[in-house]
Amino acid sequence: MEETLKIVVLVKHVPDAQFDRHITGPGNTTDRDESILSELDEYALEAALQLAEERGGPKAGNEVIALSMGPSGAVNAVKKSLQIGAYSGVHLSDDALAGSDAAATSLALAAAIRHISADGRPVDLVLTGMASTDGETSLIPAQLAERLQFPQVTFASSLEVSGGQVSARRDAGAFSETVEAQIPAVVSVTDQINEPRYPNFKGILAAKKKKIAALSLADIGVDASQVGLAGSWTVVESAEARPPRTAGTIITDDGDAGIKLVDFLAAQKLL
Amino acid sequence: MANALVFIDNPGAALKKSSLELLTIARSLGETAVAFTGELNDDVAATLGAYGATAVYQPSVEDLDNYLVGPKAAYLAAAVAASGATAVLVDNSPEGKEIAGRLGIKLNAGVITDVVGVEADGTAHKSVLAGSYNTTAKATTPVTVLSVKANNVEPAPAGAASAPAVATVEVPAEGLANSARIAARTEKPVSGRPDLSEARIVVAGGRGVDGDFGPVEELADALGAAVGASRAATDAGWIGHDAQVGQTGVTVSPQLYISAGISGAIQQKAGMQTAKVIVAINKDAESPVFEIADYGIIGDLFKVLPQATAEIQKRKG
Repeated sequence: MEETLKIVVLVKHVPDAQFDRHITGPGNTTDRDESILSELDEYALEAALQLAEERGGPKAGNEVIALSMGPSGAVNAVKKSLQIGAYSGVHLSDDALAGSDAAATSLALAAAIRHISADGRPVDLVLTGMASTDGETSLIPAQLAERLQFPQVTFASSLEVSGGQVSARRDAGAFSETVEAQIPAVVSVTDQINEPRYPNFKGILAAKKKKIAALSLADIGVDASQVGLAGSWTVVESAEARPPRTAGTIITDDGDAGIKLVDFLAAQKLL
Repeated sequence: MANALVFIDNPGAALKKSSLELLTIARSLGETAVAFTGELNDDVAATLGAYGATAVYQPSVEDLDNYLVGPKAAYLAAAVAASGATAVLVDNSPEGKEIAGRLGIKLNAGVITDVVGVEADGTAHKSVLAGSYNTTAKATTPVTVLSVKANNVEPAPAGAASAPAVATVEVPAEGLANSARIAARTEKPVSGRPDLSEARIVVAGGRGVDGDFGPVEELADALGAAVGASRAATDAGWIGHDAQVGQTGVTVSPQLYISAGISGAIQQKAGMQTAKVIVAINKDAESPVFEIADYGIIGDLFKVLPQATAEIQKRKG
């Protein structure tokens, strides 16, 4: 049996992309009503659960901790993760965190991960999705790795951990790469890595008994001035809704639509 | 002292168009330096000069490419210090964004990704929430790090070419520690078509191609376009995941996007709705894609696309 692992999975509560999303909050922040667990984080959670299950699951001493930072509603991303199968949850929440950019978010998350490591058992892996489905910057894994001074293994489309070493396939860019690093490491995974499981009835019931630790900034030793709008290094100065695209000409093919299409492209000077 | 520093990562024999775009934007911010990796051949050096670079930095170590992100960020941080630049421009590839992210932490500098335009004072324009909002953002720190999307400016050489001074920058040793190593690397098959994220024209197929991308590829080749696909098509294994346009794939904003057999679910829309012109071909008149198409054809893609391809070839003689 492989050595057991302590894995933190970052999960984010994001506005549901199935609906219109709006920037209406203070400091041009996103309205977070109608939020769900970021779909891309489900792949990270699945990868964590598979690694833990290969090693005998919770009984053997593995840990899969779902960590979310966000306002009170963000606890729902943790709860959903527990229903899917995470063993325990951590919700980092503090009014001062509102409006944090990636740099401030990575500072708070790094402090939370150090706090989770401070129980005498250091975290072996921090697993994340390839991006959040709201901010879509993909900055957090890289910035966390920089702050924690862990190797980063990002955009992994396969993942193995053995003998204290992470090995992953990375397909971002013109090359397909095999990437190796020592643990502890930050690993982000793509939506190609696995098929995330759905919560079943048993999982939903079991989740009610799982623990969610609530952390404040004071708990993780971060000052309010380091995070939020005040601690961020970028400011969103304006946000304007893009005028919705309107339908143009719609034709039904009568046998010459291909030629009409080329006429249209020629008229638009696109040929 | 340079004002702007452009990171150009191992371009090979010639600079990519996206690098020329970065150099063009950088010049609008002031004196421009380049942090370069890989072999600096004479042609590339001359092009850097033609685009107005006054200094070119190279790393003291040659094996940066054997490591993922961290060491490149360490090198770039050292080049920022050497150049005195206050704006750093990198490309918006996955690795470019990550290098920008780590550089930001190293320099206590604000990072803005997915930038489509930069003003002289460093204000960056970007499009967020799948193209539904346009925002302006600014770093509040002495140094600004921007990852800039391709295809938003026309590359333009400087009025007068310069002869950039070449200097070596010491890469801090700790940059290599705590980094992931690239143990093996294989080049993905090259299609001969333009890169999807940078293409001026994209022709994309979805569920409606039913396993046969032939008509999509032939129209793409007639137009000199890249080939894209919906998630349904890549999940079905009809075409590689690299071709996926949408929230979990590539975001494109070409001059022309031709969507064939794609219903236009929100996932897809997220990846392409900032295209200048959208053309949609779909059998189903109720497809949501028709709500955003500038030109929609209700019809069979297996008839419409080959007819259009033949017509384009005829007109081109």
